[in-house]
Amino acid sequence: MTAPRARTTALAPYLLLLPALAATLLLLGWPLVKNALLSFQNLNMRQLILHLTEWNGVANYTEVLGSSDFWRVTGRSILFTGANVVLIMVLGTLVGLLLARLGKRMRLTLLIGLVLAWAMPPIAAVTVYKWLFAQRYGVVNWVLDRLGFHSMADHNWLATQFSTFAVVTLLIVWQSIPFVAINLYAATTTIPKELYEAAALDGAGAWQSFTSVTVPFLRPFLYATTFLEVIWVFKAFTQVFAINEGGPDRLTEILPVYAYIEGFGNQHFGMGSAIALLTIVILLALTAYYLRIVLKQEEDEL
Amino acid sequence: MSRPRSAASKASALRRVWPNALAVVLFAGFVFPVYWMFATAFKPTGDIVAEDPVWFPVDFTFEHFRTAVTADNFWTLVRNSVTVTVLAVLFSLVIGLLAAFALARMRFRGRRGFIVAFMLAQMAPWEVMVIAIYLIVRDADMLNSLIPLTVFYMMMVLPFTLLTLRGFVGAIPKDLEESAMVDGCSRPQAFVKVILPLLAPGLMSTSLFGFITAWNEFPMVLILNKQAEAQTLPLWISKFQTVFGDDWGATMAASSLFAVPILLLFLFLQRKAVSGLTAGAVKG
Repeated sequence: MTAPRARTTALAPYLLLLPALAATLLLLGWPLVKNALLSFQNLNMRQLILHLTEWNGVANYTEVLGSSDFWRVTGRSILFTGANVVLIMVLGTLVGLLLARLGKRMRLTLLIGLVLAWAMPPIAAVTVYKWLFAQRYGVVNWVLDRLGFHSMADHNWLATQFSTFAVVTLLIVWQSIPFVAINLYAATTTIPKELYEAAALDGAGAWQSFTSVTVPFLRPFLYATTFLEVIWVFKAFTQVFAINEGGPDRLTEILPVYAYIEGFGNQHFGMGSAIALLTIVILLALTAYYLRIVLKQEEDEL
Repeated sequence: MSRPRSAASKASALRRVWPNALAVVLFAGFVFPVYWMFATAFKPTGDIVAEDPVWFPVDFTFEHFRTAVTADNFWTLVRNSVTVTVLAVLFSLVIGLLAAFALARMRFRGRRGFIVAFMLAQMAPWEVMVIAIYLIVRDADMLNSLIPLTVFYMMMVLPFTLLTLRGFVGAIPKDLEESAMVDGCSRPQAFVKVILPLLAPGLMSTSLFGFITAWNEFPMVLILNKQAEAQTLPLWISKFQTVFGDDWGATMAASSLFAVPILLLFLFLQRKAVSGLTAGAVKG
């Protein structure tokens, strides 16, 4: 009588986990495996329509890794991610520290502004930025013209690589600062007051108590947030694609957009899959150091 | 500090003023794009294509909203977006809750491994997996259907849902459940009668993330559903300006309609989520 009962109890956690595990294997594991398999196939329009499977070994990889395009896009992606993440972290931290200094009413006001920018759906944000930076009747050009930059009156922001990236960066930084600032502000409220008192007793000024108390206390939070922002910006397909589809002249393609346009747009599915896999590898390499620390911490805590 | 008194007081006044002044400037900067979206949506076209911007809409009009709402397939797309989002969130809550209960309350071999696996799954690079997903869905003959969108969106939010709910379940004292079982409830009964009501705020705040992710998702619907009737709102918004030939009033009206549910949900659930978290802390 007790044996079957004990067996069901022992099985219970696995039964409860079963739906989640099955979903993960089928909907996440299988696409990843499929992606790897596709990257070793010659799969273009013809093979797609005729349902042909043509294995071609590492040909896709030699072609991708041998092309200067891939390396140019990779460098661009890393530079783009780096610039965005630095801006997000520095400005987000400053806004967070400002939140901590403000009075109650002012803080609530600024928090509402931040939450609105944060909550804005990225696609809606992209259309709004296209309108703000529109060549005709765009507010930004009007303001620049009034400030004396008359050459900007009819400027087409999406015509050059640099200015397109400038608009996308402004958009991403604007939407990402709130997350950093609000969480950083929340973290500062958990710093024990005694630490500041002790620092003051030791004769520390405002700057010294900032560097000796605030910064060390916030450091783990700052590392974790930087890591998350790297992942998010590196994969920012929606914003980059929606603003100009990687243009002008494919000059603002970052890796996810490049994989999409090569693989899906140009119907080279095998090649696109190879680029996608390499993108995942690069992302892992960029975050490996931190990923290891996080996983280790988690395991210790469990 | 041996500075003259007047200079010192001037300095301290300045020190009090600049954070507030900066906060006002920042507030304006963060809100302006959102404000401009709504302002443009309500302005008559004459005020939108004006040589000098009309900063505050004086003549309100619903003309642009009418254009957006009567556009081809608008209501079909609304229905698609709502269906896909709601179902994805509901499924992930159910599946996630079952797993969260096991991970929070039971001891078994492989528990750590499962948690780490779900943490990794949370970082899945969906944006670059779309080519493989396209071929899987095509081979299953399911392109232009809402079913693949629903199940993949469910998967996108499942790891976060599951891990967050695990925290909420863990915060509920075990005694509550045990005393219910002493009173004659079975374990599933104790779960439904005792734990589920206490989890309500946790379920609410967890679903916020799911709603936002599924409602906003763009790359996957872009690649899977080319057919106009099978699309969701993000795809429609992204092409609106081109389709309507730079009709900024209607474009901003469409964006407003799309953004409002999320903005409201955010402002509303943000408070709920915080109160849910603090309530959990007090109880625990």
